[in-house]
Amino acid sequence: MTSLLLQVENLTIGFPRAEPVRNLSFEVRAGETLAIVGESGSGKSLTALALMQLLPRAAAVISGRIIFDDRDLLGLDAREMRHLRGRDIAMIFQEPMTSLNPVMSIGRQIGEVLKAHEKLSGRAARERAIELLKLVRIPAAEKRVDDYPHQLSGGMRQRVMIAMAVACRPKLLIADEPTTALDVTIQAQVLDLLDTLRRELQMAVVLITHDLGVVAQWADRVVVMYAGRKVEQALPGELFNDPLHPYTRGLLSASPRLKHDFHYLEGPLTEISGSIVSAAGEVGCPFRPRCCQARASCGHQVPPLIAQTPDRLVACPFTSSLKAVPDAAHLSL
Amino acid sequence: MSTTDFGAFPAVTGGAYAAPATSEQATAPERPAWSNVKAPDARSQPTAAVAFTNGRRALKVFLANPNALFGTAFLALVIAVALLAPVLYPDDPLSMVGKPFLWPGQDPTFPLGTDSLGRDVLAGILHGSRISLFVGLMATALSLTFGVFVGAIAGYFAGWVDDLLVRLIEIFQTLPSFVLLVVLVAIVQPSATTVTLAIAVISWPTVARLTRAEFRTIREKDFVMAARSLGFGHGRIIFREILPNALPPIIVTSSVMVATAILMESALSFMGLGDPNVVSWGSMIGTGRELVRTAWYLTALPGLAIVFTVLALNLIGDGLNDALNPRFTQDR
Repeated sequence: MTSLLLQVENLTIGFPRAEPVRNLSFEVRAGETLAIVGESGSGKSLTALALMQLLPRAAAVISGRIIFDDRDLLGLDAREMRHLRGRDIAMIFQEPMTSLNPVMSIGRQIGEVLKAHEKLSGRAARERAIELLKLVRIPAAEKRVDDYPHQLSGGMRQRVMIAMAVACRPKLLIADEPTTALDVTIQAQVLDLLDTLRRELQMAVVLITHDLGVVAQWADRVVVMYAGRKVEQALPGELFNDPLHPYTRGLLSASPRLKHDFHYLEGPLTEISGSIVSAAGEVGCPFRPRCCQARASCGHQVPPLIAQTPDRLVACPFTSSLKAVPDAAHLSL
Repeated sequence: MSTTDFGAFPAVTGGAYAAPATSEQATAPERPAWSNVKAPDARSQPTAAVAFTNGRRALKVFLANPNALFGTAFLALVIAVALLAPVLYPDDPLSMVGKPFLWPGQDPTFPLGTDSLGRDVLAGILHGSRISLFVGLMATALSLTFGVFVGAIAGYFAGWVDDLLVRLIEIFQTLPSFVLLVVLVAIVQPSATTVTLAIAVISWPTVARLTRAEFRTIREKDFVMAARSLGFGHGRIIFREILPNALPPIIVTSSVMVATAILMESALSFMGLGDPNVVSWGSMIGTGRELVRTAWYLTALPGLAIVFTVLALNLIGDGLNDALNPRFTQDR
């Protein structure tokens, strides 16, 4: 397997009164797509911002290490980190409609990125901007380069955002729910584009999403997060065929079935009762209040991650007995 | 959660969306036939239809506003007069050239009459426009530069920098501005330059507060976050990303600030605190004040000049506000 590009060890992010991400560890290998899945409030986006060292003012990394390319990002000063951002690590955001500067043409915005990290003349920057627009498959790039963001559709804007992010050939691209604001067909194109670029530019992608369909098609490995903790890590095939953690099972049974002849009338979509808010202030397993298999011992301590195979981790000690429950059969996809 | 079908995207994009695309191309054959599979959303936005940029749209709105046009025309007239004054009346407007107290129209040599010392009123008004415009524009430029700088730093960095700068702004705001102006001019020798500087000193806090408020809002926008994630430095974010977005209200305010500066200069001259060696509209009113019952035209004529110039600037400010405010333009 290829070398480790990013290694996050025991990352804990704290606000003054809460710790939305606790003891999170994962690693990203060069050139792979790692998907981080979880519902709203599970700490996915905060993790992404922590990787970029762009946490909101009130939040701070309390403990842990983020090792990127043999350097601990938490030890870098603001200046070194700024040189790293956009050049080695880039990020694309959820909202393409508001993530572009409305008063600058897209060509100049892409040029700005290039000028910030490389010495380039205005003309060279413009030519590179056109190349990048072509790279992200924007038709008639020579004409489009002088357009303003309001003249573009959401999908086009997200393409421009991607062009800006990959302008300096980063080694790691963090995509924070890149397709949530787009409709489903555009979603597929944007993700296809990201996947193509990942291979063309040999970069690793951290894909943050709450959409299991996205995970199934584009991820090499999956980390499932719940209430700021990693509850399961698996290859997508394993995860969909044999989910171990009760939360993952719940997520899968709450999404439409895979079989193409499935109709929603044939069976209900089960929900996970309760909400993630109920995890706050819990002593034991954060999922205990919503878990249908919860036992008394779940309330004593946070269940540690158990490695089933090197790539398969699960934070629930009762997975083997869960499998015996006959009711769980319909959950596996 | 969206209702995506696991692994079924190629079928969707290739199959279901191919049919409507071809039928639409049949109706509109002039559209470029690029690959819809790669970017069908691009097809709905033909390049020819998006002709207007932000600036051109704003200009169109501005030019469609008769008040703003009147303001612009009148201001252009005042500027032309100010530029032509030394050509039309090469002599010193403070020199005595005729009989005193000639009423407007009484003597064709002095179309607007003469004052108590026999000075030509028209020459005074024309030359006065030079000083009014100089003071108005320069004071605004200075206070804009300083105010935008302070406001941008305070609004962008927040924290203790913001606290410190806001205290500084508040010190200036708690002092009655005109009294401060009078004191400043009284301390230094009054001249066009010192009056300009003094007006700039008292008017920058307004700009600073406005800029700070704009920066505080825009700082939280997604595109600023995106800029930070691309490794842009603070200077680049402040001047290239945020400032252009903060400009519309600042531009609108600055047109009104020019008007206020002209009024302040006039008020200073009226009180005898202006530059004694140059004629200005305010000083003309000041000297005509004692004769307002017998020769009211001496105060009324330069007064009208002030009124119309300030009105023109305010109308321009209004027009710019309508043109540059995105809440109004988006619906047009």
